[in-house]
Amino acid sequence: MRSRQTLLIATFSATVIALAATIGSALAQKKYDTGATDTEIKIGNIMPYSGPASAYGVIGKTEATYFNKINAEGGIKGRKINFVSYDDGYSPPKAVEQARKLVESDEVLLLFNPLGTPSNSAIQKYLNAKKVPQLFVATGATKWNDPKDFPWTMGWQPSYQSEARIYAKYLMKEKPDAKIAVLYQNDDFGKDYLKGLRDGLGAKASMIVAEESYETSEPTIDNHIVKLKATGADVFLSITTPKFAAQAIKKLAEIEWRPLHIVSNVSASVGGVIKPAGFENAQGILSATYAKDGADPQWDNDPGMRKFFAFLEKYYPEGNKLDGSVVYGYGAAQTMVKVLEMCGDNLTRENVMKQAASLKDFTPDTLLPGVKINTSAADFAPISQLQMMRFKGEKWELFGDIISGELSH
Amino acid sequence: MELFTNQVLAGIATGAIYACMALAVVMIYQAIDHLNFAQGEMAMFSTFVSWQLMQWGVPYWGAFLLTLIFSFLGGIAIERLLFKPLAKAPILTNVAGFIALYAIINSFAGLIWDFTIKQYPTPFGSSPFLGSQLISTHQAGMIGVTLLLLIALYFFFQFTRMGLAMRAAASVPESARLVGINTSWMIALGWGMAAAIGSIAGMLIAPVVFLEPNMMLGVLLYGFAAAVLGGLTSPLGAVVGGFLMGIFENLVGTYIPGVGNELKLPIALALIVTVLVIKPAGLFGRPIVKRV
Amino acid sequence: MTAVQEAVTEAPAVEAVPKRAMTLGTGSSLIMLALLIMAPLFVKNFIIFQLTMLLIYGLAVLALNILTGGSGQFSLGQSAFYAVGAYTSAILIEHAGMNYALTLPIAGVICFAFGFLFGQPALRLSGVYLALATFALATAMPQLLKLGYFEHWTGGVQGLVVTKPDAPFGLPISQDMWLYYFTLVITIAIYIFSVNLLKSRSGRAFMAIRDNEIAASAMGIDVALYKTLAFGVSAGITGVAGGLGAIAVQFVAPDGYTITLAISLFLGMVVGGVGWLPGSIVGSAFIIFVPNIAEGISKGLSGAVFGVLLFLVIFLVPHGARQVAMVAQHLFGKLKKR
Repeated sequence: MRSRQTLLIATFSATVIALAATIGSALAQKKYDTGATDTEIKIGNIMPYSGPASAYGVIGKTEATYFNKINAEGGIKGRKINFVSYDDGYSPPKAVEQARKLVESDEVLLLFNPLGTPSNSAIQKYLNAKKVPQLFVATGATKWNDPKDFPWTMGWQPSYQSEARIYAKYLMKEKPDAKIAVLYQNDDFGKDYLKGLRDGLGAKASMIVAEESYETSEPTIDNHIVKLKATGADVFLSITTPKFAAQAIKKLAEIEWRPLHIVSNVSASVGGVIKPAGFENAQGILSATYAKDGADPQWDNDPGMRKFFAFLEKYYPEGNKLDGSVVYGYGAAQTMVKVLEMCGDNLTRENVMKQAASLKDFTPDTLLPGVKINTSAADFAPISQLQMMRFKGEKWELFGDIISGELSH
Repeated sequence: MELFTNQVLAGIATGAIYACMALAVVMIYQAIDHLNFAQGEMAMFSTFVSWQLMQWGVPYWGAFLLTLIFSFLGGIAIERLLFKPLAKAPILTNVAGFIALYAIINSFAGLIWDFTIKQYPTPFGSSPFLGSQLISTHQAGMIGVTLLLLIALYFFFQFTRMGLAMRAAASVPESARLVGINTSWMIALGWGMAAAIGSIAGMLIAPVVFLEPNMMLGVLLYGFAAAVLGGLTSPLGAVVGGFLMGIFENLVGTYIPGVGNELKLPIALALIVTVLVIKPAGLFGRPIVKRV
Repeated sequence: MTAVQEAVTEAPAVEAVPKRAMTLGTGSSLIMLALLIMAPLFVKNFIIFQLTMLLIYGLAVLALNILTGGSGQFSLGQSAFYAVGAYTSAILIEHAGMNYALTLPIAGVICFAFGFLFGQPALRLSGVYLALATFALATAMPQLLKLGYFEHWTGGVQGLVVTKPDAPFGLPISQDMWLYYFTLVITIAIYIFSVNLLKSRSGRAFMAIRDNEIAASAMGIDVALYKTLAFGVSAGITGVAGGLGAIAVQFVAPDGYTITLAISLFLGMVVGGVGWLPGSIVGSAFIIFVPNIAEGISKGLSGAVFGVLLFLVIFLVPHGARQVAMVAQHLFGKLKKR
């Protein structure tokens, strides 16, 4: 009788223990999708390291170096980041090839910060069909904030349209009788911006008296400036990339045209644009920004920027702190690391997107004080705040409040 | 009317850039009978070298001179090392070689000096020229130097033995060899001179467009077009072609409504093709007569 | 104004390829065919996609071979025809709901017409001038595609997304594999057509024009007709390739059809061997895979590595893959004799 009882108790206990163990391990179970293991997280990336947009390739380099730093510090919960970055030469067919390679051959967990609107447009449908996260794309095109139709695609930087709207709001308030002349690059960047300006002005879109487009194949945009001056405008909006923004600043000074000059954030870098164009020519220029400028001495003692400078010194000495792209890469990579940390041991693609859509007041080292990253299931635009700034002396002076450029859908 | 004169003047200013480049293009064409795609990149590289010298403290004219010498020798070296072995290969293979050279130089420049734009000084200053707000002293200087180069080249080809030898070697190589001209070295010399002229073009253009590895992309295309328009056998044609292109492009952009601005380049190129159809050797080129 | 005299006895710009050497022998052709048919069965979908692109660019290089290697006209503007073909297919599929297979012959015909028309003014140009004119065409095309007027159809700078077709009749193969075989059939058909074209009277006319235009016209060949015909055929084939490309990549945008593409196709032709049609696929492999290899060797200097590899190839085999094949054939012949 006793042995049978013992047996019963033993079996019962064993069952309970087994049950507990199973439940327990189910709760603590690690979940992985392709690209994530106990020791490694594989991240894919596509950048234009060659071709006309090769100036942006340094973003990929910065990100790779940042991930090296994270790995040197132990990785994310012990997992090393394996950053696989391919060149697409800013060509959409090549981007498709590289994206497929990353997903099907390299078997990455997700695609992080692929650059360029055409390239991202080309791979968006594929990635969403394959349910691979297309996270923090490196382009300001407005269309990446569309969780309903493309639940696997998310932007990062403030969209071009939201930035343009901020300028529109400013002009309507400060210079309601202004005559606006616009110089814009004839591609997705320029056209998206222009749309934002027009939409932002709304009924007062007639404030725009001239719109000049230019191609990146033109050696100089000087003759466009001459043409715009002849329109008698008193506000000049420069929707240009760094080289052409600098040319514009210089030419404006040369022909002694002094409108209110607004330059897009893309070309607001002190080291990359203003300094070559000449500080004396850039006085009074307006822009808006969401990140700190590495060339601006006012951030020399800022704790976040000090971490950035330390990173450069230790891991990336050839990185140029004056290059806005380097600052950008650092901030984006830091956001990626945060999301991966938030995933914990559940490294499925679905969870990655879920965590990316749950960022609350996250502040990477390089964002302006007051600008925070916020996402939600309906808001796939992590950064949507900007602050306006005016160039004085040798640096930008922030003014006004942090404005949200939120676009209501 | 004022807009018209403004645009013409602005066009002359931009045209000076094209004219500079076109001269280098014609120079190489005179030497080797082909267009060298890598011409622009070589000019860009030379300009970077001069910039680097100035960063190290060498004064402007010193850097200028050193770069000229470096480019001249570099051009000869590239020809001797890379293209002499291809002399017997078909032309198309040579063109592939130019493209390869382009890729190599561009890549190295990007690696050494990265892609941020750099300010490049000008010896002529940047104030308005003669009070005109459209042409700065630098641009006037650019036009002046281009014209000087043109005259120098003219004298070289017409009145020196070396120039004559080069022309002979390019147009009738067999006969030239018969009279004792070393045609092989003439080609090398042509490359060297083209590289040197290209470097001058680069150093003149950089202050306007800002120095960066991709700065010559657009310029080279316009330079080719200008050279072809003016006639590939005529340095004067190249310069005139350059100015014409600048002016025409501006006028198209200003006066053709709607698409004029977006299609400036295609329309300008269409113009050139039309000119070529009417005058196949270009405006100032010598017509090529084929004898059977 | 003194005229520059050129003796016509000078070597022509594009060297003659003997007719016999224009194609592969029967044995090698069959082996190639077998390889191409069996390859996708053993590899992943992504590699099948790359193989499809290999065939597509091979077609484009083939077209260029007919134009330059066959009729001796330089062209650096093939990307323009490729773009027109791609957009034609994309627009017909997306806006008109047409079946993808039907769009290809339409793309081909439209590009043929386009090429034929372009060939007219090109008649008066040759050598470097023709190269510049075609270069101009290639640079103009992306800007034309971006034009506001056409934005409703072309999608402007944003481009158009193209739906990929499923295998028909519910066949249990992946989209990629179906598309590969579809492309393979078209490629073989066009290859056979091209070989026959070059062996035919028209082909002989092309080659006569290439070797010595004046002599050709003296012999009664209608130079104008054949030159424009060559342009038309070449453009038509490139257009079909473009259409296939649009379907395979599932996306068309102006940035995908820049002068870089035209230059790549040109390089593909040189590496494969000018005028040697089978070399087109070697050239195509070069322009697809060597940049990847270069990137693997050095990310920062990928352009330089590519340039160096290109130089190596043209130093070792200035006549391209044809030279390799001839050497191989020669060795084979020697072995056989034993």
